Amino acid sequence: MKPGGFVRAMMLAGFLFLWLPILLLMGFAFSADRIPFQWGGFSLRWFGVLAANERLLEAAWLSLCIAAASATLAVLAGGGIAVALARFGPFRGRAIFGALAGAPLVLPEVVIGLSLLLLFVALEGLIGWPAGRGALTILLAHAGFGAAYVAVVVQARLAEAENSLEEAAMDLGATPLVAFRTITLPLIAPALVAGWLLAFTLSLDDVVIASFVSGPAGTTLPIALFSMLRLGLTPEVNALGALVVLVLGSMLALALWLLGRRQG
Amino acid sequence: MLSATALEKRFGAVRALAGLDLTINPGEFFALLGGSGSGKSTLLRVLAGFEAPDAGTLTLDGQDLLPVPPWARPINMMFQSYALFPHMSVGDNIAYGLKRAGVAAEERRNRIMAALDLVGLQGMEARRPQQLSGGQKQRVALARSLVMRPRVLLLDEPMAALDAGLRERTGLELRALQRKTGAAFIMVTHDQQEALALADRIAVLDAGRVAQIGPPQEVYARPATRFVARFLGAANVLEGRMQDGVFESAEVGGVIASGLPADTIAIALRAEQIRLTSADEAPRITGILEDAAFRGDDWLTIIRLPGGASLRVVHDTAPPAQGSLVGLLWEAGAVVPLFA
Amino acid sequence: MSRAILLAPFWVWLLTLVAAPVLILVLMAFATPAEGVPPFTLGLRFAAFAMLVEDFYYAEALLAALRLAATTAGLCLLIAYPMALGMAGLRPGWRLPLLALLMLPFWTGFLLRIGAWIGLLRDEGLVNHLLRGFGITDAPLALLYTEGAMLAGMVHAYLPFAVLPIFTALIRLDPALLEAAADLGARPARVFFSITLPLTLPAAAAGFLLVFIPAAGEFVIPELLGPPEAQVIGRVLWQEFFQNRDWPLAAALALVLLALLILPIRWFQRLGASA
Repeated sequence: MKPGGFVRAMMLAGFLFLWLPILLLMGFAFSADRIPFQWGGFSLRWFGVLAANERLLEAAWLSLCIAAASATLAVLAGGGIAVALARFGPFRGRAIFGALAGAPLVLPEVVIGLSLLLLFVALEGLIGWPAGRGALTILLAHAGFGAAYVAVVVQARLAEAENSLEEAAMDLGATPLVAFRTITLPLIAPALVAGWLLAFTLSLDDVVIASFVSGPAGTTLPIALFSMLRLGLTPEVNALGALVVLVLGSMLALALWLLGRRQG
Repeated sequence: MLSATALEKRFGAVRALAGLDLTINPGEFFALLGGSGSGKSTLLRVLAGFEAPDAGTLTLDGQDLLPVPPWARPINMMFQSYALFPHMSVGDNIAYGLKRAGVAAEERRNRIMAALDLVGLQGMEARRPQQLSGGQKQRVALARSLVMRPRVLLLDEPMAALDAGLRERTGLELRALQRKTGAAFIMVTHDQQEALALADRIAVLDAGRVAQIGPPQEVYARPATRFVARFLGAANVLEGRMQDGVFESAEVGGVIASGLPADTIAIALRAEQIRLTSADEAPRITGILEDAAFRGDDWLTIIRLPGGASLRVVHDTAPPAQGSLVGLLWEAGAVVPLFA
Repeated sequence: MSRAILLAPFWVWLLTLVAAPVLILVLMAFATPAEGVPPFTLGLRFAAFAMLVEDFYYAEALLAALRLAATTAGLCLLIAYPMALGMAGLRPGWRLPLLALLMLPFWTGFLLRIGAWIGLLRDEGLVNHLLRGFGITDAPLALLYTEGAMLAGMVHAYLPFAVLPIFTALIRLDPALLEAAADLGARPARVFFSITLPLTLPAAAAGFLLVFIPAAGEFVIPELLGPPEAQVIGRVLWQEFFQNRDWPLAAALALVLLALLILPIRWFQRLGASA
């Protein structure tokens, strides 16, 4: 049913509402004026200021490393959880397993952050590890909730691929392990990559959980940004925004393209 | 060769297999016929090794098959959905089992080509499953299983996904393949036409056990139970019992059989073995013609007997008008006594 | 059973990273705050819960959070539904690009988008600059640090989540149903209200909950865009933890928030299961 004029207008208005602030943010990154969101002629100086901001660069590098590592861990955990839920059939405790797997998706961030911090404190008290809080605890925390998102993506992929494929493989002489390696894994590969990108982005974006579980040396980019925004706004933020949109935008495009390709 | 005894399988409260016995001979085309819930799919999965029975035995040439996992059994299965691996070409699909068995590349190539030849898909080895039609997918699935040279091939409703026009021809091709390869084919189906036309022997399954087993003509002509009589060819089944040498049935309202064994509890009479005549030509019994439907080849009529029962009768020309009194005739041997 | 061995590492993962934290949260709610590091001693103390019940401040924080979440979710739905309708009505070739366009803002960095709003709404921001430039106002309007700014930021952040389920339901809708209704004499508006709307209601509910549940615990947006008086539960929890160093109270707050959200979460999971 073709949408009417009102609906079309609302759709455009919606997209405009979503994109205008972002486009303005990006656009004013090229403004020479030191007051953010004011046009003072074309200039790239704020990208230069950004490049010279050691603190921010360090935080950005830390965030990227943590994001990559936690995404990888999340894929390993989430992938396995998804295969178990989608292909193992009924097993003891499956209901609890599934509930725990999905919990991070619905719990509020402050609750996740607080509870994970308490976990790390308790672990430190009991076994001495993790020693203090910083990059490692942020990594574990991000992997923890990243896995839940990966599990959803991979489960969706497994659900649409018929499960008799693994049985057919076994019938033809493959042991379950070989069937997994030759059939299941290639089938979920695009979903694993998409899941990795998703977990990576979520990690890169998180400020609440990281704030709870971090320590003196663990200042991630979002944490640094949050402090900056609390105090005020500088055009460096615009420059950062422009860069991030371009980088994350291309990663998202990649993920969607991968998923869309396998749909055939 | 393949022998199953007293197989039991429960899923929760449902008893899918309830003491099932079966023997398959080498090189025979065997049909497992039954409705949904009859246990036929469960039986197939037990034979393939994907389900373990709760009780019972399963042997192949005398060796216990139950502890053997699916990937080690000389039995292959063609899945109802074909289960072709979407990320592999047709050639790689067929090669899969050979690779697992460690067959050398040279021999693999030869056997794949031979398999494609066998199913009539020469030159298709580079295609992907997504590019194939339903019939072609089925052939690839067949080739993939047959290339393994199994002793037994299990087929799960092989024709279910095909168009009606394709089914008959495919069925005959399937049997030709079976004769050619010499493997035993065990085909699960709910379509009795298929089973009767293709099989050397049929087993009719009812609620998890075998109701009757035997060559198609025998099972069709002499059904052992009411269920089999109704399931195969929708025979008329009339309840009653033997009294003083004649079959007494309230729903018939007259005598229609005699000299049957004393423990007969019902009789089966096939629609195509009853003849319609006029009421005064010494029929065995008379009735009122309730309804008639033209079927192209013949007419199906419904005749109401004095006792209230309705009989299906096939007539080769246009029958008398609705409501007419008609007579029914049949050969003495057409009445099949049922004891279950 | 080798199944159990394969599952074991994942059980460890889930129990350690999901189950244990929640259990420890419960333990902490009964602990006693103390000086030192870490700032608590374990025990059985009900004072934290008592404070929640006695001091109206906390109940108000919960109510404020629920109100904000409901308003955000409601506004999101109002905008999301027409958006989804528009997107679903276009040719299928448009769907993937539009979805990308919809989700990309989500991935451009939460904080950066808030930064954009700050840039737009602050006293020296773009909106005020334009207003003064066009002579509409003389003095800058206090747009930032208001309920309005907070709401704008919330809706901006959560809108894509409300659109997705409705969009998915709309494209799955069997067009034959709409044609059947038209065949039976219904005009387009009638078809929408009697067929499309009722059938996509579960998806709309899912969209509402997908916004409501996380928004109830929101901290960052109220903190950066909202007025100081907007003491929603997320903010209060943060303050109790970071400023007052009262870990047991923060834990108690977290548990209460969880308890409040259990019903919406269960509802959401049931909607997902039946979809």
